[in-house]
Amino acid sequence: MKKLLLSLVFLPLIALASEAEITVAAPIDPSDQASLQRGARTFVNNCLNCHSANYMRYNRLQDIGLTEKQIKDNLLFAGEKVGDTMKVAMNPKDAKKWFGVAPPDLSVAVRARGADWIYAYLRGFYRDGTTLSGWNNIVFDKVAMPHVLYELQGEQVLNHETHQLEVVKPGRMNPEEYDAFVADLTNYMAFMAEPAKQQRQWIGLWVLLFLGVLLVLTIKLKKAYWKDIK
Amino acid sequence: MADKQAQTKGYMSCAMEWIDARFPLTSNIKNHLTEYYAPKNFNFWYFFGSLAMLVLVLQILTGIFLTMHYKPDAELAFASVEYIMRDVFGGNIIRYMHSTGASMFFVVVYLHMFRGIIYGSYRNPRELIWLFGVAIFLCLMGEAFFGYLLPWGQMSYWGAQVIVNLFSAVPFIGPDLSEWLRGDYLVSDATLNRFFAFHVIALPLVLLGLVVVHLIALHEVGSNNPDGVEIKAKKDKKTGIPLDGIPFHPYYTVKDLVGVAVFLIVFAAIIFFAPEMGGYFLEANNFVPADPLKTPAHIAPVWYFTPYYSILRAVPPVLNSQFPGVAAMGLSVVAFAFLPWLDKSPVKSIRYRGSLYKRWLAAFVVSFLVLGYLGTVPSNVWGQFGSWLGGADRATVVARIFTTIYFLFFILMPWYTAKDKTKPVPERVTY
Amino acid sequence: MSDSQIDKNSTLSFHSPSEVDLEKRQFLITVTACTGAVGAAAVAVPFVGSMLPSERAKAAGAPVEVDISKVEPGSMITAEWRGQPVWIINRTDAMTADLAKLNDQLSDPNSEVVSQQPGYCKNPHRSIKENISVVVGICTHLGCSPSEKLKAGGDMGDNWTGGFFCPCHGSKFDLAGRVFKGSPAPTNLVVPPHQYLSDTTLLIGVDGKAEA
Repeated sequence: MKKLLLSLVFLPLIALASEAEITVAAPIDPSDQASLQRGARTFVNNCLNCHSANYMRYNRLQDIGLTEKQIKDNLLFAGEKVGDTMKVAMNPKDAKKWFGVAPPDLSVAVRARGADWIYAYLRGFYRDGTTLSGWNNIVFDKVAMPHVLYELQGEQVLNHETHQLEVVKPGRMNPEEYDAFVADLTNYMAFMAEPAKQQRQWIGLWVLLFLGVLLVLTIKLKKAYWKDIK
Repeated sequence: MADKQAQTKGYMSCAMEWIDARFPLTSNIKNHLTEYYAPKNFNFWYFFGSLAMLVLVLQILTGIFLTMHYKPDAELAFASVEYIMRDVFGGNIIRYMHSTGASMFFVVVYLHMFRGIIYGSYRNPRELIWLFGVAIFLCLMGEAFFGYLLPWGQMSYWGAQVIVNLFSAVPFIGPDLSEWLRGDYLVSDATLNRFFAFHVIALPLVLLGLVVVHLIALHEVGSNNPDGVEIKAKKDKKTGIPLDGIPFHPYYTVKDLVGVAVFLIVFAAIIFFAPEMGGYFLEANNFVPADPLKTPAHIAPVWYFTPYYSILRAVPPVLNSQFPGVAAMGLSVVAFAFLPWLDKSPVKSIRYRGSLYKRWLAAFVVSFLVLGYLGTVPSNVWGQFGSWLGGADRATVVARIFTTIYFLFFILMPWYTAKDKTKPVPERVTY
Repeated sequence: MSDSQIDKNSTLSFHSPSEVDLEKRQFLITVTACTGAVGAAAVAVPFVGSMLPSERAKAAGAPVEVDISKVEPGSMITAEWRGQPVWIINRTDAMTADLAKLNDQLSDPNSEVVSQQPGYCKNPHRSIKENISVVVGICTHLGCSPSEKLKAGGDMGDNWTGGFFCPCHGSKFDLAGRVFKGSPAPTNLVVPPHQYLSDTTLLIGVDGKAEA
């Protein structure tokens, strides 16, 4: 153990090479409340079955324009209260048994991975007979998670010559619809990673304005005093 | 109206008399503010001392409020930080102030130290101020290191794991030493709990004490200045006030306020618009909870430690022991303490030094920056040399070259400062 | 060396400001200090605010729904709201009729102390529905939780018509949470804000007006 740790310090650190570079920026807009609300619904309906978002309270969704009643009626299914956090019913031990790893909590996933990565990940599943689940991902090699949204996206395969994904079996959505759908979800996950981000930037503007005034005043004050110095 | 003014003034001076009979308030204000004479030619570089004080106060203040919500428990720590970020009113701003403050502390202190180097502020009679300063710097590094574990993310965890393991390289007692530091066979709840104690009480106390003695020593001998001229050498015959000195208050208090305003603008811009600072102040991997079974693909310390980390990586093991690398890293920090006795130049300030010294200083600054950059990236970042150099990592070779320059700056200092062609120093400061 | 140079080189580097300058300085000091004070007050907002109940505490202290369909007349249940016991007592008609008879023995029979109940419960029975009493079961003396003595008589003496007895210092309350004279407790038990969502569902923690 000790040897291994020491070698960690001294050996060159290698990033995993078998995963594709992220080239597409996620087309998300944190001020688009309709998109955030669609994303929230997708998240609660699809992701929350296996993944928790333990730090996110349902009533925080008021920040994206939902009322408490809307949250209660549309997003709470198992008798949660609006003040509760987004817990998951699945027992982490069972999950580990089924998938090999417990599905990670997604509260701050976007801060850990970046929105672009999440967007690429959600679009990057392809059929791969060599893995346990039968799925693989272009940005997360041998990912344990199966493609939950394949009915919508359809099935893709990786063309090993061009390194591009190709749809072999269309889903219920065409590629543009699916990309927009996933963009909404990514948008919501970015919001969830730091719900107060927009508000923080808005406060920041006022703070900077105030400090600008303070700077002018202190410069004038300094000049008034330094007249004395010969 | 005039009567009333006289009356209030009467009350004020009455109160002051009452206090002065019991506590030397007036004489302290005089000694350290209104009749502490500082050279009138301070420039931009002289803002960073007072700014460091400001950041220290902010860190203590925000730290106290974070402690009210943070849980030093391996099961709860990560969640409690997110709790602060989401559920506590104003918690996100307080937390970002603290995390940004940590990095800004090092920005300000590095600039403050650089000021000391270029104007020879460590020279006679200010050696002790400098030594206290180096102690503050060491203490600050400890404070930052212990604090970095507390969010209990992957970077926190593996950073601590790696640094504590460095102590294993110490001959004979190493393995026991690092086990004792952790209180466990790996970084765990016990480690987190003791790091919390060091971070919130032990080191802050030491830090405050050191800042006080740093200032006492400074006010004993008086401030240096960009010309490196002793202003006490030329005093007014009647009053004994240095001819080039001006009272710290009000002149430097109002001037420092300008510095504070500019600093706060930068500080606020980061807090409100870029608290992660592109991954340099808050790392993406630290938003993944600590997992003792999975090391992230790339671990690097926070930016302010990377020059020393680069030196650690650059020094090859000798006789299968990593100790030389660890020793070199320690030495690279402690080397600053020897400056007062390594510098043999007849002049203090860079303004009157010759080109030889300036070249060495420039080489040192470049080494520091390059090593700092290389410490943030994997050592295969620039690929490998061909087989003619044994296929060595390019970055490692570069780091070795700059590590050598880093140490030569100190080792050769007695030689090149003595040999340097200096310019004549004026009798009075230039203003 | 000219005269002026000698002068400059041998005098202090600072001189006293003129009268005009002093006025300008005083003005600038005032303005800067006031601006600084505004800034300091703004900075204090997150720090002071961080000590308020957090979202987690608010969620834990959120209004509680209670099903009261199973509470038989003459019995009570205890619900929990903000970590405090809230008693829901279904009083029999006889019990409510007794309330008025006790008035002379009580400190505040007409619920004059405003802080102890919402306006809609300032009535002889201290409740929205005449029979159902909702009170916080914390003694107003030093915060113990009184024991229920719903039944008349018994160990409380023959004159006892039912109520609550605090074991800590012997305060007595009637079935509307009103305190008896001579008890150490200064005021009646608190009636929390509450409302009826339906005939049998009680919501504790919110006034009726707020939701409607």
